[in-house]
This record gives sequence, C-alpha cells and structure tokens, in this order.
Amino acid sequence: MLAHSREHKIYQWRKLKDTLFKGLFFTAIVISLAALAALLGGILMKGLPYLTLDFLSSYPSRFAAKAGIKSALAGTFAFIMITGPTAFVVGVLTAVYLEEYAKKNWLTNLLQLNIANLAGVPSIVYGMLGMVIFVRGLGLGRSVLAGALTMTLLILPVIVVATQEAIKAVPVALRHASYALGATTTQTVFRVVLPVAMPGILTGTILAVSRALGETAPLITIGALTYVAFLPTGPMSEFTVLPIQIFNWVSRPQAAFQDIAAAGIIVLLSIMLLLNGAAIYLRNKYRKPVE
Amino acid sequence: MISFSYDKIRRLQDRLIPAGLFACALLSVLTTLFIVGILAVEAVSFFREVSIWEFVTGTTWTPLFDPQHWGILPLVAGTLMVGVGAALFAIPLGLGSAIYLSEYANKRTRVIVKPILEILAGVPTIVYGYFSLVFITPVLQAIIPSTQVFNALSASIAVGIMITPMISSLSEEALLAVPNSMREGAYALGATKLEATHKVVIPYALSGIIASIVLAVSRALGETMIVTVAAGATPSLSLNYLESIQTMTAYIVQVSMGDTPMGSVEYQSIFAVGITLFLFTLVMNFAAIAITKRFKIGE
Repeated sequence: MLAHSREHKIYQWRKLKDTLFKGLFFTAIVISLAALAALLGGILMKGLPYLTLDFLSSYPSRFAAKAGIKSALAGTFAFIMITGPTAFVVGVLTAVYLEEYAKKNWLTNLLQLNIANLAGVPSIVYGMLGMVIFVRGLGLGRSVLAGALTMTLLILPVIVVATQEAIKAVPVALRHASYALGATTTQTVFRVVLPVAMPGILTGTILAVSRALGETAPLITIGALTYVAFLPTGPMSEFTVLPIQIFNWVSRPQAAFQDIAAAGIIVLLSIMLLLNGAAIYLRNKYRKPVE
Repeated sequence: MISFSYDKIRRLQDRLIPAGLFACALLSVLTTLFIVGILAVEAVSFFREVSIWEFVTGTTWTPLFDPQHWGILPLVAGTLMVGVGAALFAIPLGLGSAIYLSEYANKRTRVIVKPILEILAGVPTIVYGYFSLVFITPVLQAIIPSTQVFNALSASIAVGIMITPMISSLSEEALLAVPNSMREGAYALGATKLEATHKVVIPYALSGIIASIVLAVSRALGETMIVTVAAGATPSLSLNYLESIQTMTAYIVQVSMGDTPMGSVEYQSIFAVGITLFLFTLVMNFAAIAITKRFKIGE
C-alpha cells in the first residue's frame, strides 16, 4: 500500500513535469511572438505620424521636419533593378550546372561546399570585397553599379541553393518523357525542367532580393553616401538606399531624426512585405503544377 | 543534309552550354578566392607595420588616436560578448519554440506560427539596430539605471531575437526528421511526452540541433548594423554588458565611414580585422556543415 502510493506520487510528479515543460516551451513561442509584436508595434507607433506624402517626395535635409526619402527610394529601386536580374541569371545557371551537368566528383563537391560556406560569410566582408574589386579595381567608383554587383555576389548563394531545391523537385518522369522524344540534355533542361521549376526559383529569387533590399553594411563599406539630394541618373550615378538613409537618421542624437527613421523603416518593411507577399502568392499559385 | 547539320548544331549546343554554365559556377569559386586573397594581401601589408604578436595578444585597441595600439583582443572580446549574449537569449527561445512546434503543437498551429516566427529572420538588421537603441536600451536603463546609452546587453538581446528563428527553424526540421517509431517506442515503455522528447527525440536530433546553434552564433558574430547602432564604439576588455563596447564588424564600419586614405595603416587594419572575423565564421560554418553531414548518415 505504501509502495503503491509512492509510485503514484512519482507518477503524478512525472505528469506535472510534463505539463510544466509544455508550458515552458509554449512560453518560448509567446516571447518570440511578443518580441515581433513589440518591434512592429513600436515602429508603427513612432513612425506612422511622420509618414506623409511629403516624406516620400522630399530629399534629405538638415531639418528632420523637411527631410524625406525620395533619393533613397529611387536609389533602392535602381539598385534592385540591376541586382535582381544579374543575380537571377548567374544564380540559376550555376544551379543548372550543379544539378544537371556536373559529374559527381570532388570538384563538384568542392563547388557545393564553397557555396554553402559563401552563404555564411558575413555581409560586411562582401562589402570589403566590393570596395576593392568594383569600386577601386574596376574603377566603378561609389556607383549604383558597384553597389549592385557587390550585392549580387552576396545573394548569389541563396539563389543557387533555392534553384537547386526547385530543380530537384521536378518529377523524373518529365525528364524521361523529354528524352524519349529525342531531346538533348540542353533541350530537356531549358524547355522542360526549368519551366516546371520556375515558381520555386522565382520565390527563392524574390526572397533573396528582399534580403538585399534590407542590407546596409556592405553598402556602407563600399562607401554609399548618406546624404544624396539628387536622383540616380544611370548605373554610374552615386546613390543612397533606404537602409543607409535610415542608418544615418538613427545615428543622430536628436529624437526628431529617430522618429523619421521609424517612418523610413515602415516604408522599407512595406516594400519587403510586398515582395514576400508576391513570393508566397507565386508559391501557392503554382504549387504542384505537375503531379 | 539539312537534318544532319541541325543535328550537328544540337551536339555543339550540348558541348558549349555546359562550358558556359561551368563558367557561372566558377564565379562563386572566384568570389571565395578573391575574398581570401584581398583580405590576406592587405592584412600582410598591415602586418609589415604592426607585429602579428602585438595584434594577436595586445589588450588595447586605439587605432584612431596617438599612441596607436593594435591589440585586437578588445574587439574579439566585444564580438564574443555579443555572440555569447545572443546565444544565451536565442537558444532557450529557439529550442523551446522548436520543441513545442514539432512535439506538442497540432498541424494548424505549426502552419500558422512557423511563418510568423520566420518574419523575425527577414527583418533587416538596421531595423533591429533601431529597435535596440530606441526601445530595448530605455527599458534596460529603467531596470538597471547604470546602463550606458550604448551597451553590449541591448545589442545582444536584439541579435538574439534575430537569430532565434534560425535556431527554431533548423532545430524543428531536425526534430521532425526523427522517425515516429522512436517516439512510439518510448511511449510503449511508459514514457511521458517530455521523457520521450528529452531522452529519445532530442538525443536523436542532437547533431542537427547543434548545427543550427553553431550557424546562428556564426551569424551573430558577423552581425554588423545592430552592434554599430546600439553597442557603441569603445573597444574594451571590461566584459561588462552594461557598458559600451566595440565589435570587429563595428570597427570596420567606423573606418569605412571615415576618410582614411587607401594604403594607410588604418585602412589596412580593417582587412586584418576582416580576416580575423572571416576565420571565426569560417571555422563555425565548416563545423556546422561537418556536424550536419554526420547527421545525414545517421538517418
């Protein structure tokens, strides 16, 4: 009887511990979600009152009340127009090589390992690379082009990996059908595999571009300017982007600038949200096109 | 005749195109070679002026005023403080979330909560920097009045929030990869859910979990904007989380924003710091890859 009640107590204790830890694990999620809510809520509260049409259509200024993000928006747009397509083309072709053409040997393993490692190199190191190669070496100066190429190298590994995943998901039957009709490898890859994998590839590319959009450190290292009161006129134009403009405002001691920094952050996050929304839309629309 | 030449073109295509594709793949190898090459060349110039011994063992870092001292330890200490601080914050949150999502949550909760958590990984680092300086620091100052405006703790918390979803996503994948028969075996022996998770599921997924933590900490060490905005610009060995520090990345930003002439020791110093940072993250990334490889064989 005594032994029985002792066992029962142990049993109850084990059940209690089970419930307690379930609560603890759940708390971890609640804290993470609360952090996200505080982040977004705080920024919206600080920034929304300053988010006006004037803010979007004014150049930066010494006076917080007059300052805006016109040149930063234009710079962000110009730089994405170069980074997006370049990174897409090079990234997809690299992935096609690795998945479809490369032999399974040490060289391919090395390429794959190299890409995995590049994805983990701190972004500021890419900035130093860009400064030496593009800004100074190729003489591009602190131009949109130099910034865009630096960022292309930064997001390339992300696009390669996403594309590889998308290609791997293409059913083998489709390839076999293509070969059975007498197509070469090249025809099969470009006319059958890539079109089927395209939604996945585009999703990965959009997410990578959205990451590039928010990157600040590499562009500071290559010397993107913090005060630009003109619009970029071409790829060789000097430029600023939204994250740099925000950084500039955040680093000032005056509270007024930190408030408009919050307004700038809302614009930046909205653009990223739009891009991510597009990526999710693409993924859902084209999910399982072929079974 | 015509069909013969068409066939020839096709065969030529099948030879030329792989070559072109290979060139694209080589670009990523070139990127690595250039990164290592550039960092090494400039760092070597730097070490002609400053002894490696002083650089590696020196305890003062005062490059921007006289007398110049080039001991990197304060910058390494700052970087590691943020790495450790962020990990202490992110490991319980990330692992707790991962365990709840994979072992306890129903499918609906998982499908809703996971993408929301991943938003945290997509928020630009400059936004975390702002959040850290404008929201976290004032809260810390209210709790501990001696907290400086720029301090390591605030930055560590922000970096910790940033890397939490990395740990939770990758760990959850590792946990989900554990075969259900393992869990059922534990239940059959009378284990509670917690006991099954603690004694069977987690040990099985351990390498995946460790890899996720190593990757996340590597990301924390290379983080730049949060520490530049919120942790300060005071290289220090004090190890006091409430004081201003400087990380390796923040130093590189500081010099990049100034007008240091190319070829000067100050300019070269960012490459010496850069290669140190690169080595830190390289070792951690390879460790993570090696751990994951073992994990895959174990499957």
